[in-house]
Amino acid sequence: MAEMTVIEAIRTTLDEEMGRDSRIFILGEDVEAGGVFRATEGLVAKYPGRVIDSPLAESSIIGVAIGAAHYGLRPVAEIQFADFIHAAFDHLCSEASRWSYRTRGDACLPMVVRTPWGGGVHGGQHHSQSIEAYYTHLPGIKVVAPSFPADYRSLLKAALADLNPVLFLEHKRTYRLIRQDVANAPAETVIGRARIARKGTDLTIYAYGLMLHESLAAAAALASEGIEATVVDLLTLQPLDVETILESARATGKALIVHEDTLTGGFGGELAALIAEHAFEHLDAPIRRLCAPDIPAMPYHPNMEHFFMPDREKIAAAARDLAAY
Amino acid sequence: MTAARPRRPRSRETLPDYLLSEQQLEDMYYYMLLSRRLSERMMALQRQGRAAFVIAGAGQEAAQVGAAMALKKGTDYLAPYYRDLGMNLVYGMDAREAMLNLLGKRDDPNSFGRQMPSHWGNAARRVVTQSSVVATQLLHAAGIGLAAKLSNDPIVVLTCCGEGSTSRGDFHEALNFASIHRLPVIFYIQNNGFAITERTEKEMAVENVADRARAYNMQSAVVDGMDCVAVYQTVRPAVDQARRGGGPFLIEAKCYRLWPHSSDDDDTRYRPRKELEEWAKKDPLVLFRARVETDGIFPREDLDEIEARVEEEVRDAVQWALMQPDPAPEDALGYVYKEL
Ligand SMILES: Cc1ncc(C[n+]2csc(CCOP(=O)(O)OP(=O)(O)O)c2C)c(N)n1
Repeated sequence: MAEMTVIEAIRTTLDEEMGRDSRIFILGEDVEAGGVFRATEGLVAKYPGRVIDSPLAESSIIGVAIGAAHYGLRPVAEIQFADFIHAAFDHLCSEASRWSYRTRGDACLPMVVRTPWGGGVHGGQHHSQSIEAYYTHLPGIKVVAPSFPADYRSLLKAALADLNPVLFLEHKRTYRLIRQDVANAPAETVIGRARIARKGTDLTIYAYGLMLHESLAAAAALASEGIEATVVDLLTLQPLDVETILESARATGKALIVHEDTLTGGFGGELAALIAEHAFEHLDAPIRRLCAPDIPAMPYHPNMEHFFMPDREKIAAAARDLAAY
Repeated sequence: MTAARPRRPRSRETLPDYLLSEQQLEDMYYYMLLSRRLSERMMALQRQGRAAFVIAGAGQEAAQVGAAMALKKGTDYLAPYYRDLGMNLVYGMDAREAMLNLLGKRDDPNSFGRQMPSHWGNAARRVVTQSSVVATQLLHAAGIGLAAKLSNDPIVVLTCCGEGSTSRGDFHEALNFASIHRLPVIFYIQNNGFAITERTEKEMAVENVADRARAYNMQSAVVDGMDCVAVYQTVRPAVDQARRGGGPFLIEAKCYRLWPHSSDDDDTRYRPRKELEEWAKKDPLVLFRARVETDGIFPREDLDEIEARVEEEVRDAVQWALMQPDPAPEDALGYVYKEL
């Protein structure tokens, strides 16, 4: 297979899986026309009746997907922007995450919620958000956040095969930015495993989504200065690959956690706690978090957007500091 | 060059067919035109790479201006939605401010570069700050209506959204709440036929949004949203009645989205060209101009003169706004909490 972008990886995977499994159907706003990012383009013609435009109501999309999944179908709920998922929080938090638990597995919800997240697109406060911290706090829901096209393909397949609700986070800035020869790239097929995307000895950088790419760019720049960073692509945020995370922290003795979300209550806190709890004796420096400042949402103007978002320069600077510690 | 012609002063007497004075009719045309011309320039700036994003109300100018003019500016609250440039112009925004907002400039009073363009808000003018999350403002409007009622203040709140947004629970909850408490809220739905790519049939099984009012025991009306005068004549009595304690009102203005959803959208993939051409004949600006000209309210030269004035304001606004300061990076900080 040739090179493909993230959005092509998603579209081709939906296409292939819908062709294979007639239980899969798509529900979301504007999906029949292909969706605002064109992830579902062409699918309605190929799978009539199985790509369904929903009314503009996110709680309907996810609430209805829950019912359909309970019945035994495999709904793929598309939330047009992650920022708009909150109206459905109740359905994910109070219902979906507890479906299996409260029935001791008598019932389950094989459903995928796909949604574009993240900033760097001049989307302002409501088209840029990181939502992972809310949903990783819900055991019972799996949260997947790939970075490379090949992983988007393999993990979307895994999500569609899973018997549990999977929140599949797609970084919108990377949709057309990141390409990969998916046939010759590593592809993680198991939800819950992280990957060492780059190996180094001086420190470990943990990231996902756009920040994974920025971290790899920073690591490449640091290498020319003689600083060798390991970069861990987390891939799944819930459940976490605790072993890979700890192993790398122990091996390098220094941990830099990067995310786009704001600092306090962000997912990095969980990673830092894990490492502090289980790898403390191996650490040579305090754990460092590089995140957005504690303001309610990403501002619109590019000057402030850049200020808000971590990037390769900020990551390299933080890594240099940490390496020198 | 034509010599400057002294213009006949506008009468403030109400014209029987219009229930509006000449002065008000001139204002109507001015605001509608300003809204359209500003939006056109915004799109041009976006194509030149000088603005990141535009979302506009082309086709909805009559619906917006006619409704806003039925309010008591500065007294009544407005909880608009992103297409409501026309309403904001009536409420005191000028061309320069509209351009500041587009460019996310430091001094844009709507949100100082913190929100995307067209996310209006101005506390001094009683325009309620809004997010991108559609229909939330309907509940906020109910809350303002409740507070006004509790405070015995004779004010009205007008809140807007598109027909697609009425699919959300917030719409239904707001109608229910406002009706239970008979709050002075006008729910003003601008039905432009689209929710991005989705037609109205995908959003609701009833023909009119207004049909839903009955379920909440609320009065409602459907009005031709391409006709600014008809809009005013429909909204004004509802506002007056609400002010007198007559309770909420749902008004659906049927209009048409003449442009793509936003500067990010390609409408050719879901809208036939022919359909657009048909609707372009009902462009609210064209209709208004034809009517006042035919009725002999204004001579053509007067309308041309308004057009020239608007062009000049837009030109000036762009030139001026481009030179205004951008927010500094650190301006991202601050006001997370309101300090004493
Ligand atoms: C809760 C929420 N979901 C999705 C979106 C993305 N979105 C922005 S505008 C829009 C369509 C709105 O349609 P309508 O209410 O008919 O208003 P129109 O844009 O046609 O004026 C959608 C889906 C949003 N802003 N908010």
